[in-house]
Amino acid sequence: MEAATTRAVSAGVELHGVSKTFRDGRRAVQVLKDIQFTAEPGEFVSVIGPSGCGKSTLFKLVAGLERADTGTTEIAGKAVEPGDHPVAYMPQKDLLLPWRSVIRNVTMPLEIGGLGKSEAIERARKLFPIFGLEGFEDAYPFTLSGGMRQRAALMRTVIQERPLMLLDEPFGALDSLTRTEMQEFLLDVWDRFGHTIVFITHDIREAIYLSDTIYVMTARPARVRMKISVDLPRPRNIDVITAPRFTELEAELLHALREENRQQEATI
Amino acid sequence: MSVISNIRARSASGVATADGAAAEVEWVPSWSERRREAMVYLPGLLLPIAILVVWQLYVSAANVSPTVLPTPIRIVTQLYEQREIAWINTAQTLEEMAVGFVLSVIVALLIAFVMDNLRWVRNALYPTLIASQTIPVIAIAPLMIIWFGFGLLPKVLLIVLVTFFPIVVALLDGFAATEREAMDLLRTMGSSRLQTFRLVRFPGALPNFFTGLRISATYAVLAAIFAEYVGAYHGLGIWMSQSKSSFRTDLVFGAIGICALISIALFALIAIASRFVMPWHYAARRKG
Ligand SMILES: Nc1ncnc2c1ncn2[C@@H]1O[C@H](COP(=O)(O)OP(=O)(O)OP(=O)(O)O)[C@@H](O)[C@H]1O
Ligand SMILES: [Mg+2]
Repeated sequence: MEAATTRAVSAGVELHGVSKTFRDGRRAVQVLKDIQFTAEPGEFVSVIGPSGCGKSTLFKLVAGLERADTGTTEIAGKAVEPGDHPVAYMPQKDLLLPWRSVIRNVTMPLEIGGLGKSEAIERARKLFPIFGLEGFEDAYPFTLSGGMRQRAALMRTVIQERPLMLLDEPFGALDSLTRTEMQEFLLDVWDRFGHTIVFITHDIREAIYLSDTIYVMTARPARVRMKISVDLPRPRNIDVITAPRFTELEAELLHALREENRQQEATI
Repeated sequence: MSVISNIRARSASGVATADGAAAEVEWVPSWSERRREAMVYLPGLLLPIAILVVWQLYVSAANVSPTVLPTPIRIVTQLYEQREIAWINTAQTLEEMAVGFVLSVIVALLIAFVMDNLRWVRNALYPTLIASQTIPVIAIAPLMIIWFGFGLLPKVLLIVLVTFFPIVVALLDGFAATEREAMDLLRTMGSSRLQTFRLVRFPGALPNFFTGLRISATYAVLAAIFAEYVGAYHGLGIWMSQSKSSFRTDLVFGAIGICALISIALFALIAIASRFVMPWHYAARRKG
């Protein structure tokens, strides 16, 4: 595959003292509080935290969809300007458009970028076997299973070849076997393209298996509770989950998350 | 007949049952399937037939004068005898409706597009549009004749006035129902406002658009008849008025029957168009 051999320029991302409060009507909800966050160029960083703590909001700030109240957000060393699109964003919902075939959903970002339709389709076609969606190019999204939909959405993200990918729980709807396959696949893609990946998940093992660095967020308002470097050698395969170091990290993360979840329940 | 034999594999793409093994499957209805489908339309046909039968029997039995209430059979035979005049008038009404309705759809699409994209236009225009809908057709139709004469123009204007509003409202509702997340996603892809409108807001509003179109279709027939009734050279409306004045009640009913057929045909046309424009919508609905 030609596209896979060209390494995209990777871009780091850096957040300093970022806070965000949502106001609707009289109610104000502080979601992010003084976030310090770094992903080095080419790094795979996971973010885990209690449900509703503000992980998706963090992504929206980086993608330029929301504005922080305080602090700075820099991608590749410079503040994000309006009109910049250094980020390929995969939202939590797959948001496949029901009136477009799967392949036309995948080519949409390319067409928006000004690439001709036939050229875009040609490029997308090469990705379908890799994502296990060969034969479904012309199907409507409603005919796909949940897992297939997520793979299509991931394909729509990868095809953009942006230096930074933000993946919001991309494998949430997958069964464990497909999930394992997709994790291996993502590592493979990451290896080939070399972009920076920031990845939200609720799955501790998934985070350890995939990441260089893991951020654990506190209950809302989200702060960084801890930052862990995953010092497991690469390339990793799925056997790594039996390594003693893996179990150690897992216990540490589980402990931290349990405490945050308890905190969260106490505030509700 | 087995279910399997109803499914004909076509090409290696499209709907499939299992992950990986893809085969487009086409549903070929069996005879029992077709019969069940026909049964859906049967009550809709039976009711008017029953009404006509009762009507025929009552009028013959009670010996009602044809100028008061003609029998259905008399209406049809008289209509057939007057078929040339009937056709001239029907053609005139059809022309007005075709021009008026197409113009109305174009106007509605333009207004809805501008209102969706420019907030100040939306705010400025909405009250006036609503007010325009409270103008009674009874009052405005004769004025139209005074201003624009007996020709095509006043009819077309009246049809547009009466029919564009439901389409505009349906479109605006459809645009507004677009998922915010979908628009956000497109923004991260570098989509301009216009691109987002074309790719997400407009296609998403199509089901609403066709609902608005169906509502407007019934108004279109009424508006055309009304506009003609108050002044025209030809058309079903003026023909009704003339027939009534010459005590040809049978022809009045004949014209009414033609209007009903036009309405049904217009509905069918819109249904066909919507299936053609939004195959995905109906495919997803069939799946349930
Ligand atoms: N636009 C908004 N207006 C008001 N409140 C919002 C808005 N977006 C998010 N919130 C609130 O911010 C909080 C964090 O939301 P967010 O979606 O970032 O959480 P999350 O960590 O991604 O949760 P999950 O793990 O369930 O996906 C929630 O309480 C949510 O209600
Ligand atoms: Mg979320």
